[in-house]
Amino acid sequence: MLLLAAAIFLLVGSLASAKFASFTVLGVAGGMIYGSLALALVLIYRATHVINFAQGELAMLTTFLAWQLSQWGLSYWEMFFATLAIAFVLGTVLQVAVIRPVQHRSVVATVIVTIGLFILIDGIVSWRWGGGFQVLPSPFGFTTYHVGGVPIQRKDIGVVLVVLASLGAVSALFRFTKLGLAMRAAALRPAAAALAGVRVDVMLAIGWGLAAVLGAVAGLMAEPSQFLEPTFMQPVLVYAFAAAALGGLESPIGAIVGGLAIGVFQTLIVGYVPEISSELQLPFAFLVLLGILLIKPSGLFGRREVQRV
Amino acid sequence: MRRQLPALVSLGVVALMLCILPFVISDYDVYLVSKVGIFFVAILGLNILTGYTGQISIGHGAFMAVGGYTSAILSRDHHTNLVLTMVIAFGVCFVAGILFGLPALRLSGVYLALATFALAISVPQLPLKWNGYLGGSVGVPSSETKSNVWLYGAAWATSAVLLLVAWLILRGRIGRAFRSVRDSEIAATASGVEIGVYKTLAFGISAAYCGIAGALLVMASNGFAQPQVFSVPLSLTLLIGAAVAGLGSLWGILAGAALVGLLPEISTSVPYIGQEHGKDVVYGLIVILVMLVLPGGLAGLLARLRFLGRG
Amino acid sequence: MSVLLELEDVEARYGPVHVLHGVSLAVEEGAIVAVLGPNGAGKTTTLRAVSGTVRRSGRIAFDGKALGRTGPDGAARLGIAHVPEGRGTFSELTVSENLRLGAYTRRGSIKADVERVMTYFPALAERLRQQAGTLSGGEQQMLALARAFMQRPKLLLLDEPSLGLAPLLVAEIFRIVRELNEKEGLSVLLVEQNAHLALQAAQTGYVLEAGKIVLSGTSDELRADNSIQASYLGY
Repeated sequence: MLLLAAAIFLLVGSLASAKFASFTVLGVAGGMIYGSLALALVLIYRATHVINFAQGELAMLTTFLAWQLSQWGLSYWEMFFATLAIAFVLGTVLQVAVIRPVQHRSVVATVIVTIGLFILIDGIVSWRWGGGFQVLPSPFGFTTYHVGGVPIQRKDIGVVLVVLASLGAVSALFRFTKLGLAMRAAALRPAAAALAGVRVDVMLAIGWGLAAVLGAVAGLMAEPSQFLEPTFMQPVLVYAFAAAALGGLESPIGAIVGGLAIGVFQTLIVGYVPEISSELQLPFAFLVLLGILLIKPSGLFGRREVQRV
Repeated sequence: MRRQLPALVSLGVVALMLCILPFVISDYDVYLVSKVGIFFVAILGLNILTGYTGQISIGHGAFMAVGGYTSAILSRDHHTNLVLTMVIAFGVCFVAGILFGLPALRLSGVYLALATFALAISVPQLPLKWNGYLGGSVGVPSSETKSNVWLYGAAWATSAVLLLVAWLILRGRIGRAFRSVRDSEIAATASGVEIGVYKTLAFGISAAYCGIAGALLVMASNGFAQPQVFSVPLSLTLLIGAAVAGLGSLWGILAGAALVGLLPEISTSVPYIGQEHGKDVVYGLIVILVMLVLPGGLAGLLARLRFLGRG
Repeated sequence: MSVLLELEDVEARYGPVHVLHGVSLAVEEGAIVAVLGPNGAGKTTTLRAVSGTVRRSGRIAFDGKALGRTGPDGAARLGIAHVPEGRGTFSELTVSENLRLGAYTRRGSIKADVERVMTYFPALAERLRQQAGTLSGGEQQMLALARAFMQRPKLLLLDEPSLGLAPLLVAEIFRIVRELNEKEGLSVLLVEQNAHLALQAAQTGYVLEAGKIVLSGTSDELRADNSIQASYLGY
């Protein structure tokens, strides 16, 4: 219901004002990025009830690695796919080495480990590349199309397409392949899945790998137009929290739709209220997150948790 | 009274040791033990929220930031007496904690963790935006700095006073209300406990404690309030300290404070990586390795310590 | 007839609580063996010990090989299909997906298997696209069996199939189990509270009490036994 109203609002606004429309398009592109990272969070949470606080920094790390690859002479798309592969490996290795030993213990233990990872990655990236002047090359160029008087950047279309493609690939994996089915089963009922012959711990590791890939896509597409900084994924992470929360933390569709909604909302506000400059991005993101958590603690798509007395 | 005697005696011994210590150890070590005191105050406060009231927070570093900056700004602009700034920081952060606690009432569990984590990464960004008034990345300098011995005295005197305050608060109706919220919100409501009031109060108190600790931390950093001091590693440190403190045993809190207060110092000078980023790398690495290696983690290690104040 | 499954002095525990105190039993190839006993005797735990879902010690040999530390996924790969209490079906997945999952350990095309399963479970054939959670209790039990059968196992571990089902459905389930046993040569280790039904279906049985086997024999022998008649058959 709410979504329909929002969609109508956006349509009307876009028709009325070219500026509004261009912001909407920009917002959709940004929203796809938030959605991608949010999906990564949801993927892991659904399977393990663990929030990977380091998801954003992991994405940031893979983006820096991508830059490094481009410095070593790879073309953009070579670098893109190589980075995805590296992200997958990184994700699975982390799950096996660092998460698996502690995940059967308390929730606090896993929280501490993922935050420790956050700090570790931050430190490593700052040490290796900090203060440098890295700019990630853009594959989409800087042309601007004009559709009905509305300026639409080729870059934004490209972002939307790339994220959609990656989401499509992941979705196809889950729906149509044996592996995807096994992963879903392992997330739903690990004990029953094991009885069917599924190696649940391997599925979890692959899940982390996929999440890292989704994060890598988000990071590469976030493509900051200025220099690549170690903190660039932090606002994205907060928006991703909000998007994931909108979906009740367990709904993949909720995460994507949530991401889009937040992306558009954020772009519109920032566009019309220029005081919210880049330094305030993070605190603003926090307020957005807080707002969303307050309005719908169980998410738009989630289920209310009924507490047994 | 008789059952409490051994506990009181141990407490007395510790207090006596703390009084003697500054005279026998080096100045740098005085600084280190002062930091333990600072963390003792902070974890004591956070523990009221996590251990007693059962609410999670990964973001109390933000409240330490508010307290620290309050103290520094007052000192820079009005040359306020530092002890007075501490008291004001306490008050300001109490209000800040309530302000956050009110909307946070609707959150629990993982959602509260998300919100507090976002708080932890967002608040240190604020000084970068208003880099005139809030000093940017350079920081806000207080107008005076104090010696390590002064710091030691201030930190541990504050610890003593606030420990007494905490004891008074927790032994009575408020403490029981906190614990009932932790144990079962439904049962608490059924017995007439207004959960909202007590959860918010717990946020306020814990924030206040962290605020005053933050002010002390600024004083320990040469009077400079800087964003990087209050960022994510600090919030993680507090969380770890609170995890070690578990449900609130006094020795747990003290041990947690000792652990986290001394840890970052060990990793400051790292060969090859350099000081600035080496700290983060080593810190992250140590935290992860410790969690992996220790069976049951840090909390398990100290679950056996059951001296004073068992709840 | 060779022995497919053999338990020798098997102990099992949940954490510090020991439930099985030295259980020995055997299942011959092609046989249906029943395990009877009161609540809490350890019947479910016995099945869990075989599939590796619970910590166990002692000797378990399957198809000539010792099971060692094999966990549930390993047991499935070896040819053991465990249908647990509560069925172990995935309510959020469709019937078709449940079946596909059952065939997880199989390589190659499973189309023939699906068709075969449909002949045994016609009720499921029309519900392939339905979410498993929307099926009735009886249909879910059939789905559980069908899923296990998709594994093409050598041994079926069946835990309380009659639980919560109307008598007609229970009869149907047992009929299917017997059919699978006769036509496909599927060996079955059956845990069942309803001793009457169990002894009808099985050729041999064991009676478990407080984690130990107290009685064993053919179904005829057990049915004729006085204590069994009194405790479990209600005579």
